[in-house]
Amino acid sequence: MITVLGRAYRFALVFLLIYLGIMAQQVGLVDYLSIPSNYAYMNALLWEHVYLVAVSMSFATAVGLIIGVVLTRRRFRKYTGVVMYVVGLGQTIPSLAVLALMMSLLGIGSKTAIFALFVYSVLPIARNTLAGISAVPPEMIEAAKGMGMPGWRILLDVEIPNAMQVMLTGFRVALVINIGTAALSYLVGAGGLGDMIFTGISLMKTEVLLAGAIPTTLLALFADYLCEILTLLLVSKGLRLEQQ
Amino acid sequence: MDVWNFLVDNWDRSLYLTWEHIWIVGLSVLIATCIGVPLGIIITKHENLAKRVINAANVFMTIPSIALFGLMLPILSTFGQGLGKVPAVIALVLYSQLPIIRNTYVAIHNVSNPVVNAARGMGMTNWQRLKEVEIPIAVPVILAGLRTAAVMNIGIAAIAAYIGAGGLGVYIQQGIDRVYESMILSGALLVSVFAILVDALMSLLESAITPKGIKIQRKMGK
Repeated sequence: MITVLGRAYRFALVFLLIYLGIMAQQVGLVDYLSIPSNYAYMNALLWEHVYLVAVSMSFATAVGLIIGVVLTRRRFRKYTGVVMYVVGLGQTIPSLAVLALMMSLLGIGSKTAIFALFVYSVLPIARNTLAGISAVPPEMIEAAKGMGMPGWRILLDVEIPNAMQVMLTGFRVALVINIGTAALSYLVGAGGLGDMIFTGISLMKTEVLLAGAIPTTLLALFADYLCEILTLLLVSKGLRLEQQ
Repeated sequence: MDVWNFLVDNWDRSLYLTWEHIWIVGLSVLIATCIGVPLGIIITKHENLAKRVINAANVFMTIPSIALFGLMLPILSTFGQGLGKVPAVIALVLYSQLPIIRNTYVAIHNVSNPVVNAARGMGMTNWQRLKEVEIPIAVPVILAGLRTAAVMNIGIAAIAAYIGAGGLGVYIQQGIDRVYESMILSGALLVSVFAILVDALMSLLESAITPKGIKIQRKMGK
């Protein structure tokens, strides 16, 4: 029964792809993209999008990791509750509102967008780093201490590897949200694929709209997939076996 | 202070937009609950389906919201509903599925075996066990899922202003178009306050609805 369903699922997928191709032709997406300048424009926007995401994510990862690690050190542990609360509050603020607020503070341009994306992505990374490291069983750390490991080796060899899964989940959430929010950064004048989406909506030109929306979606799905592979590479085998 | 003046001058419109926002989010969460909770319960009884359903919901969650609006536009415009509230509510329902289904599934899955066995031993039917034992124990976690969904939907509904769905995003959209700072700020602040308020209210509801026994258990666990 399940194998039959699985096969039907694959057929459905193929049909869906063919149908989507036909539809792309019908709404004029194929014609639109076969004009070289349009294609080049889409490509440029795609790279702009990737640039926004890459810059903001690398800063966010660095800062988020530092915040998470520092707050789990014994000296700063008493602030953990407060910081978690603030982070949670920050995450409830809608992304469009964050962009709008940043715009009125910093004006328009890609710097504003990168800063807003950075602020929005730091939160899940910091939170998951904190949660992951706090969840490492204390007896493991005791054992490491008993073996004579100094603090930084306990962090690198015991705490971070054990927290890796949770940390990577945070990274993945941040990355996917970041890609979605970067599509809005067109509104603050930073370009990216949102350019085509918003232009397409306001001109009611389906082909322009899809030329922006499809690459954005694929980018997000691809990033999600990459994170899954990263999880396979970085999380130690023992932990993965334990889960199964 | 400009923001304050703007809000005072436009209080009727602000009220209307807030109401519109509440309406879109409320309706979508309601529909999403009606689909998500039963689906979450069903997949606890069919484990092999569980992973697939959750993965599918996860894919929708991964699609950026503005891109999803864009992708749905040509499909829905064949029914004459490409722009406006209908695509907004559909998108919000899709996005809410992951937190609602996942939390329902995890909550019912985690009801401890001895409790379920005791219910079975008392001669409860499957339906009674679900209604009297599993759902009451699972309700706080299901509600946490609804809370995530509601807060997320408030943010996405703001973006839906760009496809003509109305709501508080209209202030941000028109403010950016007209370079009208206090309008942008009013929109951003109202949406943020709204999201934070809903989050706080739902967390209060969550603790109010948690059965006393579970609260005591949690405290002792700590």
